Formats: sequence, C-alpha cells, structure tokens
Amino acid sequence: MKTPIVEVRNISKYFGSVIALNGVSMDLYPSEVMCLLGDNGAGKSTLIKILSGVHRPDEGVYLVEGKEVHFNSPRDALDLGIATVYQDLAMIPLMSVTRNFFLGSELTVGRGLLRRFDVKRAQRIVREELGKMGIDIRDPHQPVGTLSGGERQSVAIARAVYFGAKVLILDEPTSALGVKQAGTVLRYVAQARARGIAVILITHNPHHAYPIGDRFTILKRGRTLGTYTKAELSREEMIRMMSGGEELEKLEEELRAFGDQAARGLANAFHEEELSEWA
Amino acid sequence: MSGAILVWVLLAIVAGERGFLSLRGTANYLQVAAELGILAVAVALLMIGGEFDLSIGSIIGGAGMVIAVLSVQYGWNIWAAIGVSLIVSLVVGALNGLLVVRTKLPSFIITLGSLFIIRGLTIAETRGITGRTQVGGVKHVLGYDSAVKFFASTLKIPDPASSRGLDAAFPISIFWWLLIAGVATYILLRTRPGNWIFGIGGDPHAARNVGVPVDRMKVFLFMATAASAWLVATIQVISSGSADTLRGQYREFYAIIAVVIGGTLLTGGYGSAIGAVFGALTVGMVQQGIIFTGVDSDWFQVILGVMLIIAVLVNNFIRKRAAEAK
Repeated sequence: MKTPIVEVRNISKYFGSVIALNGVSMDLYPSEVMCLLGDNGAGKSTLIKILSGVHRPDEGVYLVEGKEVHFNSPRDALDLGIATVYQDLAMIPLMSVTRNFFLGSELTVGRGLLRRFDVKRAQRIVREELGKMGIDIRDPHQPVGTLSGGERQSVAIARAVYFGAKVLILDEPTSALGVKQAGTVLRYVAQARARGIAVILITHNPHHAYPIGDRFTILKRGRTLGTYTKAELSREEMIRMMSGGEELEKLEEELRAFGDQAARGLANAFHEEELSEWA
Repeated sequence: MSGAILVWVLLAIVAGERGFLSLRGTANYLQVAAELGILAVAVALLMIGGEFDLSIGSIIGGAGMVIAVLSVQYGWNIWAAIGVSLIVSLVVGALNGLLVVRTKLPSFIITLGSLFIIRGLTIAETRGITGRTQVGGVKHVLGYDSAVKFFASTLKIPDPASSRGLDAAFPISIFWWLLIAGVATYILLRTRPGNWIFGIGGDPHAARNVGVPVDRMKVFLFMATAASAWLVATIQVISSGSADTLRGQYREFYAIIAVVIGGTLLTGGYGSAIGAVFGALTVGMVQQGIIFTGVDSDWFQVILGVMLIIAVLVNNFIRKRAAEAK
C-alpha cells in the first residue's frame, strides 16, 4: 500500500464556540485530483487553510508522506511542496506578471549585500513556463491586472507547479470564469496531474468537478459525508449530495405544501365570494 | 517627471530673468528639494508598502533636539549624540511599526498619535532640561568640524550670473538625497525585499500566503522613514548650529505630497523612488521659485494643495489608460 502524500485524521478546528471542522479525515495520493465539495460553511476553506498552514488544527493529526507535521505558517507548507492557489488572493493586480510569479520566492544572484533579484532570468522563465501552458504574455512587465481571469488563475497554477509543488490546492479556481476560460484552467489541472502532482480542487460547480475529479470528498457542517471514487458516485448523486439533497427535497416539499395551501386559500376565497353573491 | 519639467519650464519663463535659472537659484531650490527628497524617498517605500507615517515631522524635531541637548547641555562628542539620536529614531520607528502591525489599526491613526506624542515629549523634555525650546551653540561642541564634512559641507561653484562674484553653494544634502534615492531604487527593483514591498502594499494577504514576512517588512519600513527624518534633523542641526523643538512641522505632509506627485498610489502597491525624487524636486522648485517670481510666498501653500489634487487626477487618468491598453 502506498503512503498518501497528504493525510489528515480526525481533524477538528474551533473558532470560539463555532465548530468549523469536526473530526474530518481525508487522504490524497500523487497523480490524482481530489474534489472537495460542500455547501457554504461546510468547512472546506477551514480544511484547506489547515492543509496550507494558515490555521493549525485543534485536534487530530496531519501527515505529509507519512510523517506528522505542525505548520506555523504557509511558508512551512510550501517548503514541503504544498502550494495553495486562492480564488481571490491569487495575484496582485498592479504588479507585473514576473514579479507576481516570483513573489516570496525571488530568484537571486550574488551574495551578501550584492544578493539581488535576477530579473532577466525571472522574465525568461516566466515566458517559458507560461508558453508551456499556452499563454503568450506580450510583455512580462505587464501588470497582472490586465490579464483575463482564466489567465490569472493559470499563471498562479504555473507558478505553484514551477516551484515544485507536489500538492496543489486550488480554491474555487473556476468560480468566476466563463465556460471557455474555466476549460483552460481545468485542462491545466489535468496537465499537472499528468506530471504526478496531487491536486485538491475546491469547487461549487459539479460540471467542473465531475469530469476532472478522480475522487470526491463531501463536507457538510464540519463533518465529512465520505470520500467516493468516480465509480462509486454518479454525477446526479454527487450533485444531490453537494447541494444538500435532503434539504432541497424538504424545501421542495415545503414549497409544494405552501403552494397547495395558497391554492386552497384562493379556492376558499372564491367559494365565499360565490356564496355572498348568492345571498 | 514630466510634472517637474513642466514646473521648471513655467518658472524659467516667469522667473528666469530674476535668477531662477542662475546657478545660485538652482542651488537654492535643490537644497530645499534635497531635504524634502530624503524624506520623500523613504516615505515612498513605506507608501508603496501600503502605510503612512505622519510622525516624521515630529521625529525631525525630536532627533535634532536629542543631538543638541546631549552635545551642548551634557558636553557629549557630537558623533555620540548623533549616534544616540539615530538609535532613538529607529526605536520610535520600530514602535510605530509594531503598533501598526500588532493592533491592525490604520497607520494613519497610529502615527497621527505619535506625531503629537513625539512633538509634545520633545517640547516638554527640552523645556524641562534646558528651560528653553531652542538650543544653540552646537558649533562649539566636540567633533563638530568633522560632522560638518558629512552633513553640512557645500560644493562652491562661482556663479557667472552674479555681478558681485558670489558662489553658488550646493550642499551635501543633495548628495545624500541622490544616494538614498539610488539605494532605494535598487532595493525596490532589484532585490527580494523590494519585490516584497510591492507585494505587501498591493495585497498583504496574498503576500503573506506566498510566504512574504509582511509584518517584519512593515516594521523595517517605519524604521526607514524614522531614519530619514533623523538624517534630515542631523543635516539641519549641523548646518544651522542649533535645534528647535518645532522643527520639521508639516514635513510629513510635504513628503506625502512629493511622493504622490511622483506617481505613487495612496493605497499602496504601486510607485517609485525616482518618482519621489521628482516630486520633491517639483515641490522644492515651487517653494523657492515662487520667491523669484516676486509673488507673495504666502501663496506657496495654495499652489502646493492645487498641485497635489491635479497630480492625483493626472496620475489616475494615466494609470487607467495604461491598464486598459492591452
């Protein structure tokens, strides 16, 4: 049996009296895309923040390649190859593509006081890396704010891959994108998987999750409803579980009942009117 | 930069005949621009990093007074007094930074508080120790002559325009200004911390998430503005031979204006040290140039305010155009 590259066992996280995560377990292997699904407030973002080193779990263990870890900052996670691309925080719009790409991990030449940011080499690498994924940036000096949403996400993913990510956590990478741009991003996710990278994909959109995902973990109110392989879960079932199927059914029933009541009320009113006319 | 050229051309037309274009006129506005520019370059780094420092004017007063009181009142060697003054300034800057980082309050509020605290402490302590609010006689203390070489010497060039054969004196502060601007530009564009400064100003959360030490950088930047205030204080005390508790008033605002005229965004994440150099030059030219034009210098503040607003409007317009043009 292979060891998972990342594993959490019975992780819990509390914010004051709020239980954000309650005994969640999950594992992840190289070359797979794990889709993390769930409604708002289900604990998806808390879980990925624990995985990426932003939060520390209050209970449970976190293992990377079989060894227990305690991260104090995202830097610690990055050092072990766990990179996170956030939905809105991916890039700094006013900074150039190159500066964004290398922010926090700048290439340097020289030593001591003469240690400096190797801008030329950085620009060449950015051009090459983005070229590999089919993004032709006209000018590496170009502010990221002038790129499209899909290009921006792709640059962020390319950055993580370039810096040796073994685990790539993508937080809603397609939520703000049109169909075509979302396709670009998903294609790049597939490319990353083919290179042996383990991907955790958080998304609301079952139509993005199902085609790319190998396994699916569904969270609800801080607990996991289980992890399923694609074979175990049809698209319809997945959609039902994601959107809190039972609740939707209940709601539907309620609405139907309400509709019936309203219809009855209307009928009664009509009846009375009729009676009064007779009187 | 274009603004600085525009102002120069305007003043050259209006006041060129009256001495603005002469070497002495040039030395005159460069001196004013240099003292402002030293501050503006440091403030530019801080503002690109997304913070304000309103306390630097008060630090100028306080740091100058530390030098004067220690050397004149207690008989210290001037270099020791200058050293202690630098340490005090750095500590004040670090406190500003730590308060901003720890409390997460806007730096505008924190440093507005320290503006008054430092000014008040300077006045109260100086009066308590010396009984006055001005301390003179620095020119007679130990080590003064060697300090002059570094902080108050001038490069004298005969001014051909002067009928009385007077020299144009270019103070060493111009050298400090350009040196600091050069170092700041190098840091911003060619080093890791420079890239971090843009990052923390552009989006501190994003920067933190990719591993940038946001808090540490911010504290350093506040220490840098405090150090720039110390340098200006030292230059002023050494060249005038005295310190005044009220020195440096409004300098914090002039520095911000110079930085903004130089194209740095008020919200952080964008700007340059070179821009701050030209911003300071513009303010210096206007402040001194207005005297050459013969217009009452009371109008300086009016022009400064108008320039600030126009500069922000023009910068916004240019940036919008640049962002749209793909």
